[in-house]
Amino acid sequence: MQSQSLEAMSVAKNLPRWPVRRVVPALFVVLACALPFVVSNYRTFQLNMVFISTIALLGLNLLTGYNGQISLGHGAFYAIGAYTTAILMDRFNCPYVVAIASSGVICMGAGWLFGLPALRLEGLYLALATFALGVCLPQILKYKGIEDWTGGVQGITLIKPDAPLGLPLSPDQWLYFVSLGILLLLVWVAHNLVTSHTGRAIMAIRDNPLAATAMGIDLARYKTTTFGISAMFTGIAGGLSALTVQFVAPDSFSILVSAGFLVGIVVGGLASLSGALYGALFLQFVPNLADQISKAAPWAIYGVVLIGFVYLMPAGIAGFVHRALASVKSSSRKP
Amino acid sequence: MNILTVRDLHASYGAIQVLHGVDLEVSKGGATAVLGANGAGKTTLLRAICGMVKRSGTIEFDGQPIDKLATADIARRGIAHVPQGRGTFATLTAEENLRLGAVTRRDAKQRARDFALVYEYFPRLYERRAQQAGTLSGGEQQMLAVGRALMLEPKLLVLDEPSFGLAPRITQEIFAIMRKINREQHVSVLVVEQNANLALDFADRAVVLETGNVVTQGSPDDMRNNQEIQRAYLGY
Amino acid sequence: MEQLLHQIASGLATGGVYASLALALVMIYQATHHVNFAQGELAMCSTYLAWWLVSAGVPYWIAFVITVAVSFVFGMGIERVLIRRVERAPILSVVIVFIGMQFILNSLAGWIFGYTIQSFPSPFPEESPWGNPYINSHELGIVAVTFVVVGLLWGFFRFTTLGLALRGAAANSDSAALCGIRVGSMLALGWGLAAAIGAVAGMLIAPVVFLDPNMMGGILIYAFAAALLGGIDSPVGAVIGGFSLGVLENLAGAYVIGTELKLTVALITIVAVLVVKPSGLLGKVVVTRV
Repeated sequence: MQSQSLEAMSVAKNLPRWPVRRVVPALFVVLACALPFVVSNYRTFQLNMVFISTIALLGLNLLTGYNGQISLGHGAFYAIGAYTTAILMDRFNCPYVVAIASSGVICMGAGWLFGLPALRLEGLYLALATFALGVCLPQILKYKGIEDWTGGVQGITLIKPDAPLGLPLSPDQWLYFVSLGILLLLVWVAHNLVTSHTGRAIMAIRDNPLAATAMGIDLARYKTTTFGISAMFTGIAGGLSALTVQFVAPDSFSILVSAGFLVGIVVGGLASLSGALYGALFLQFVPNLADQISKAAPWAIYGVVLIGFVYLMPAGIAGFVHRALASVKSSSRKP
Repeated sequence: MNILTVRDLHASYGAIQVLHGVDLEVSKGGATAVLGANGAGKTTLLRAICGMVKRSGTIEFDGQPIDKLATADIARRGIAHVPQGRGTFATLTAEENLRLGAVTRRDAKQRARDFALVYEYFPRLYERRAQQAGTLSGGEQQMLAVGRALMLEPKLLVLDEPSFGLAPRITQEIFAIMRKINREQHVSVLVVEQNANLALDFADRAVVLETGNVVTQGSPDDMRNNQEIQRAYLGY
Repeated sequence: MEQLLHQIASGLATGGVYASLALALVMIYQATHHVNFAQGELAMCSTYLAWWLVSAGVPYWIAFVITVAVSFVFGMGIERVLIRRVERAPILSVVIVFIGMQFILNSLAGWIFGYTIQSFPSPFPEESPWGNPYINSHELGIVAVTFVVVGLLWGFFRFTTLGLALRGAAANSDSAALCGIRVGSMLALGWGLAAAIGAVAGMLIAPVVFLDPNMMGGILIYAFAAALLGGIDSPVGAVIGGFSLGVLENLAGAYVIGTELKLTVALITIVAVLVVKPSGLLGKVVVTRV
């Protein structure tokens, strides 16, 4: 017995000290690039949606996880982004890259605008106001007055773009890589933001707004900016989703979208970038499995999961992974 | 005969230990004052006795151990705590504040008598009985808090810095009432007080705390005559 | 003119339902400083219970009483089991638990009773009182029941010892404990009452909007708006806010923005109140000293 454990320890000691931070993301990118060629079109579509949800969750996490502003209506920005892209492409023949970028810009503005009155709302009041926004949004989208633009109840349909330059990729595969590319770019942006001095200010505001103010942090500026950036992320995700699903309609953007985002960041892990990916994977695959049990099951599972995570795993899957990695590292350091 | 006996009391806020084994007595019908500088742990001591912080050690009240009881149950046993800052029910009226003190009592007649007694001790409260308690002055809120404690029909009255933030004249009034309560209603008193003079005039026993330990205790005269204590703790 | 009166009258009726739910929200807010996001789903579940009892042949008013009693107990149970553990947790955790509860209750109802829309009986007669064209019996009934509920609650809080203890626990839980009040029990009681009121509200509105697991979503938003409008810590405000909002919703829907955007009225009210006067019409402005 003792020789076994000695052996185990020596094996661990002989593992090269790979910098996990560099290797794992690189592995991920390589894997991600390979996948569309080995799995079915449908799976590619699903993974595409995972990337899109990851972007959306990154956005929400920036606002709620890192900055402490609770948003129960982030689906609204998702919808605005989706509709912006759809309208630009359908009514104005805009190229999709421009359309999606515009979604980002417009949502950033919308987020910043919403961030202004949000300054006066704390904790649960903000949750309440954003919740109301999320519930009312489908009704607003259906409004006959703006039907010419939004397509009313029927919505707008889009066509998936072909791969450029005659690349041998199906439209699904091409979109997959577009989403992946945008995801990597936005992850880089988010990572830089969070590890910078701005990121520290943002987190200081979450942890103790009074102390942050006393230290000279301009609460208003940081909070509205964070709202804007967060909305931009989710808006871009919305734009991508419009393109991927090829369709936008008011009923696709009910409060359930916002609720799903909340579940995603809680499950994945608040204030964690990798958490966005775990959350997105959860959102994409668990409801499909649950649906097979019963129509009611997905939301029951969401509910149980939400409450369970708050009590048992408040740091989400990302927190769990970090702790697991940390304990592996520390046990491999034992003499 | 002691109404309250505390032995080896430890108390902590989370990981921070504040009391390191405090011994203390209050005699039946008597009055004990707890003195000491800021941060000595005086408020924590009172809160520990009433079960409001994590504690260990023995606390015996009227012959029964109370160190494992919850705050509400300790109050029902007959300890009335007037917290630092008064603990006023700000959104309720003064009269409702007093009624709350008696909310666990079943004896309607005695309750009515206690009501009259409180208004007799504090006529200003009677005038302001329909006023929202949060709008009363500091002194009035202190009287209200003491009145509320009396409505509990306590055997032991515990007060945390009753003079805090009050003008000297009001403070004299409050202490005069406390003396009356102690002598006429035979309610024992445990009082934490920054104002050493007032406390030593009032109590029959004094305890001095420093960073969670009892450094000395004895009669008020002992305190007044001990030069070192005077310098170090009483600010003379 | 007849249209206007009718809109106002039916606005008062729906307003009564908003007022009742708003009252439940305010009660829980006063006691715990949390907004119960799951209030609507609780009410919906209670209404399903009543529907099941009535479908099984139980006379309406008996089913009504049973439902209210069971809801009361269920509300107390939820406080004990779920809420007590997150009482002092950060606000995000609390919100998440409420939302999770909402999902579970909604799914439970859907799973047990299905998602088909059902009709729910009204205990009030079909014909309008005195044949008037403005308000029908059920609408009048809603207003009457709302006043009865509000009146009973008011009496309970103002004149009973238990009511006073509940108010004390809500106003200052530390001091309440020092008075011998078992604050945990008071909170459970508050939740029980809120659930009972929700049950009444659900049973009142179900005949109008029909019964399905998602029936309370929009109504809850109105209740939130009403509670905020009146002042989130003012029961009187909740009632006034509820009735006002009901009328406002109908008038705006009929004359200003059309019936499709009625829910937006609630949204605008919420945002406007929170931005302009967060304490609402009758709430107290709480100044936090730094």
